[in-house]
Amino acid sequence: MTRSTRFARSGQDSSTRRLLDYLKRYRRSFVAGFACVIAATTISLAGPWVLKYAIDDLNRGVTSAKIQLYGGLLLLLAAVGGFFRFLMRRIIVGASRDFEYDLRNDFFAALQRQAVAYFQQHRTGDLMSRATNDLNAVRMMIGPAVMYTSSTGLTFVIAIALMLSIDSKLTLIALVPLPFVSVMVRYFGAAIHERFERIQAQFSDISAVTQESLAGVRVVRAYRQETAEIDRFRRANEEYVVRNKALIRLQGAYYPSMGLLMGVGALLVLWLGSREVIAGRMTIGELVAFNTYLMMLAWPMIAFGWVTNLLQRGMASWKRMLDVLDAVPAITDPPVPGPIRRVEDVRGEIEFRNLTLAYGGQVVLQNVSAVIPAGTTTAIVGPTGSGKSTLLATIPRLTDAPPGTVFIDGVDVRDIPLRVLRGAIGFVPQEPFLFSTTIAENIAFGVDAADASPDAIAAAAAVARLDHDVSRFPKGYDTLVGERGITLSGGQKQRAAIARALLIDPRVLVLDDALSAVDTYTEEEILHRLRDVMRRPLDQAWGRRTSLIVSHRVSTVRDADQILVLIEGRIAERGTHDELLRLDGFYADLYRKQLLEEELAAS
Amino acid sequence: MHDEEVLGKAYDGRLMRRLLGYLRPYRAHVVFAVATIVANSALQLAPPYLTKIVIDEYIPARDLSGLTAIAALYLGTLFAAFAFEYAQTWTMQTTGQKVMLDLRMQIFSHLHRLDVRFYDRNPVGRLMTRVTGDVDVLNELFTSGVVSIFGDAFTLVGIMAVLVWMDWRLALVAFAVLPFIALITQWFRANVRDSYRTVRTWIARINAYLQERITGTSTVQLFRREARDYAAFDDIDRAHRDANVQSIFYYAVFYPAVELVSALAASLIIWYGGGRVMENALTLGSLVAFLQYSQRFFRPISDMSEKFNVLQGAMASSERIFALLDTPVEVKSPEIRLKADTTGGVIAFEDVTFSYVPGEPVLKNVSFRVEPGQRVALVGATGSGKTTIVNLLLRFYDVEAGRITIDGVDIRQMDLAALRAMFGLVLQDVHLFSGTIADNVRLGHAEIDEAQVRRALEAVHAWAFVSRMPGGLSTPVAERGSTLSVGQKQLLSFARALAFDPRVLVLDEATSSVDTETELLIRDALRVVMRGRTTIAIAHRLSTIQDMDRILVLHKGELRESGTHQELLAARGLYHRLYQLQFKDSPSTALRASPAQPDLVGRS
Repeated sequence: MTRSTRFARSGQDSSTRRLLDYLKRYRRSFVAGFACVIAATTISLAGPWVLKYAIDDLNRGVTSAKIQLYGGLLLLLAAVGGFFRFLMRRIIVGASRDFEYDLRNDFFAALQRQAVAYFQQHRTGDLMSRATNDLNAVRMMIGPAVMYTSSTGLTFVIAIALMLSIDSKLTLIALVPLPFVSVMVRYFGAAIHERFERIQAQFSDISAVTQESLAGVRVVRAYRQETAEIDRFRRANEEYVVRNKALIRLQGAYYPSMGLLMGVGALLVLWLGSREVIAGRMTIGELVAFNTYLMMLAWPMIAFGWVTNLLQRGMASWKRMLDVLDAVPAITDPPVPGPIRRVEDVRGEIEFRNLTLAYGGQVVLQNVSAVIPAGTTTAIVGPTGSGKSTLLATIPRLTDAPPGTVFIDGVDVRDIPLRVLRGAIGFVPQEPFLFSTTIAENIAFGVDAADASPDAIAAAAAVARLDHDVSRFPKGYDTLVGERGITLSGGQKQRAAIARALLIDPRVLVLDDALSAVDTYTEEEILHRLRDVMRRPLDQAWGRRTSLIVSHRVSTVRDADQILVLIEGRIAERGTHDELLRLDGFYADLYRKQLLEEELAAS
Repeated sequence: MHDEEVLGKAYDGRLMRRLLGYLRPYRAHVVFAVATIVANSALQLAPPYLTKIVIDEYIPARDLSGLTAIAALYLGTLFAAFAFEYAQTWTMQTTGQKVMLDLRMQIFSHLHRLDVRFYDRNPVGRLMTRVTGDVDVLNELFTSGVVSIFGDAFTLVGIMAVLVWMDWRLALVAFAVLPFIALITQWFRANVRDSYRTVRTWIARINAYLQERITGTSTVQLFRREARDYAAFDDIDRAHRDANVQSIFYYAVFYPAVELVSALAASLIIWYGGGRVMENALTLGSLVAFLQYSQRFFRPISDMSEKFNVLQGAMASSERIFALLDTPVEVKSPEIRLKADTTGGVIAFEDVTFSYVPGEPVLKNVSFRVEPGQRVALVGATGSGKTTIVNLLLRFYDVEAGRITIDGVDIRQMDLAALRAMFGLVLQDVHLFSGTIADNVRLGHAEIDEAQVRRALEAVHAWAFVSRMPGGLSTPVAERGSTLSVGQKQLLSFARALAFDPRVLVLDEATSSVDTETELLIRDALRVVMRGRTTIAIAHRLSTIQDMDRILVLHKGELRESGTHQELLAARGLYHRLYQLQFKDSPSTALRASPAQPDLVGRS
């Protein structure tokens, strides 16, 4: 055995052990379930034995009372066996649903712990598929697969024992086709799965072509691409048919050959068994019972192959789920929190100290040092890709900066509990995300339901100048956002996000180009109102709020206490509007360009 | 619950006839498949009867050679059954595939004829479901449903006939269990269908919630929603589990109940049949055959109940598909097509009125003329009707009143393709197709060769970045062009317009801001594309507006002012105010659209 396979093996063992550990809490259900399996299987296997007596007695001549007894006995066995079968399914499959429920919750919790970067490395579709397809495969392994394995395994053992007791030689002969059935199920199962995957891949292709073609319907019409698109669609579909035919060729043979093999078993029993009867070594009742047992074996054989596939797929899926469950979060609470332990402890001074940050081998921020005194406004300007957003993201630790580089009130942000840190910051990203719920709930996203009075929500919306827009919506603040409700424009989304950030009453307000989709007139109104909010001391203990604003527009940033110009990850210029104009660098250039445009237009 | 989820009745004759119409081209295949399935069902009747013969005749007579003959016959039926079943599966399923191909092509082609207005009402996601999901549901009907119902029914009738023929009294006793099986199946089907729907609803909720929380992770974390979100997720997850546990109950009852009825049949046969054996009215072999037939009796019944679900789903899907196929096309080429004079190209709007929603006109009596070679900018606040003008010109929609003419010919009297061939459309959101860079420039027009594609790219300054790509022109474009910057995508769309060399350029300028260098490239590329062409542009960039011969100012669906930039500024009217409001302080990039409403490109 090579090193790598040994490693793989031990990986397999540990994931199996993890699964068993996980299953411990359902131990009682499984024990009870297995007891039902044993009862149900044993009882249903007694049926053919009664049949054997009935037929032999009939052959010899018997009282009708005895015949009635046999009939009643058959019915009784079915009733009691059925009862246990009912319990077996409820208990085992029910436990698998409990398991699914717990695992899905754990999976969700695991995702919640991950830093934002994790979701940039893992596509949403992939994570979704683990939460749905893989979770389902694992559940199938725990529920139905376990149930069928135990019940068919037991059927298999007992039925063969009973058959051996009737006629051992005939048993051996009758069992000849059975291994073939199992091998076939496995072989066909794997091959069918593979061809099915190929079909699914092509199906995704068809979906992609359709999506692309329909989403671009205007371009298609304007450039008269209808025929070309239909041809493209036809090609994708024809390939789909070809791949389907490959599957049909296989699947078409699958069930018939199973029937054939099982039929050969039955044929051998009838043929050779009758010879035994003629030779007097067997009764007709035994022959019938024997045949019935053989039929009962057919299902375990089929199930065996099917269950192996389920187990294989289930284990692979379980490993994929473990990848997520075990992923170590990149950003976590400090083991020992520093002096800031409550949101109320935050004053709002922010400091970057020699901050250098690289990801993917690319330096994004280089030696950034700046102090933003509590209660002041700092603006950041700079070309696209200069690192402005990254710099802002290090404050609430959406992106982690190296230790000793980002401080709030002199405390490393890494030493502040995440809840406290983020609770003190009202962050408005460039592309805000709204959830598909009401506008009110979106604005009150960051506060407890108790703190979200309609007045407070309306007040926040008013500052963000969203109030007029909302008054035009059919249900006001109760209007649903997203697919089932109205679609908000980019500017409306940004303003909703500003209201959301204001409602948490933050010590520090961060606007990451958060007004880019708002027209200049409204922007000015919002900034004016914000200035008011920033100044208003909400809590006697602290004065004005600190704010950090990224923008492309000079009009937005000119009144800031301090302006930082970030170019290629470095602070190239810093100062007030007037100071920077005197410096005659990037900022002055930007200002002149925007002025020039105005003049040029006005001429 | 979504309308997709609603399941209607299981059988609708009108829908069924229409569906069967799709089988007509493959009639011979279908007949063959039905024949094989009937033959196969007949063969399934053989084994119990052969058993009866063995027990009643050959065993008492100790006839070993007869026994061997029966065994050989048995083997023969097994192989024949194999052959018939294989032939049936292959024929029916491949036919199903062909029918699905036909149906998909029909839906897709129809979608590409349907009015743009139709797309306003139907999100792409829903249309996708018609083309893919719904057709797939129908596929099940064709491959596993309809035909095997024949087989099941035939098997059932066959067994009943044999039983009656062997001993009609005993047969009637055995049939006594049938009402029970019908009741159980009915109960099961109704309940499972309901609980299946509930489970589906919850799973959809789970997925939607999960998807949204993954996408909005940073918001969730910034606003410390983790604990509350977990509680909300737990609620949905729990409801899903409970719905499933409910459905387990139905399955847990159903299977044992069917077995119980089957045991009831067996005990009735033993009890009554046994009595008749004792009276010598029935042979022992017949009794055994009866027992075996009665076991085979239940399989087709439970199979049929499964197929009922397939049938029901198929009816719902086909109803939706046919509704789509029956949606009439309003904007289409006329029977008699007039040709516009190819040398001229005067575009005129004459008293055009139009509304997306009846009673809410977006354009009111708009009239203007665009001379060949003239460059016209459409300016106005969001919702003023700029995009609508473009939409009407390309006949994405038809005017409500008034008319649009080209060289005096109403565009509704022109061939649709010929009309659209006159225009090169460049939209705000550049739509890229999967394929190479070159494919995206020439689209489906193979006659635009590589050299032309390259010249177009060079002219709009796109060649610089294309040539730097690993595969140059043949570099594949990633999903929705995600590897390209906004500016690069815009340059590509200019190249596309240029390669088609249209008489009229129709431009809906992008508002998104790009860096200054790209901005300059775009500005220059635009000049190249406009050169020598009539241009109608929804302009957002000051530089573009200033390059125009004439500016049309739209306000609330009316044409309010017209003139050059300087003239309109001097007039100090609406344009001046718009300018004050929107250009003031705008960085070197774009005149921003008012955010009060989503820009009309969404509707467009």
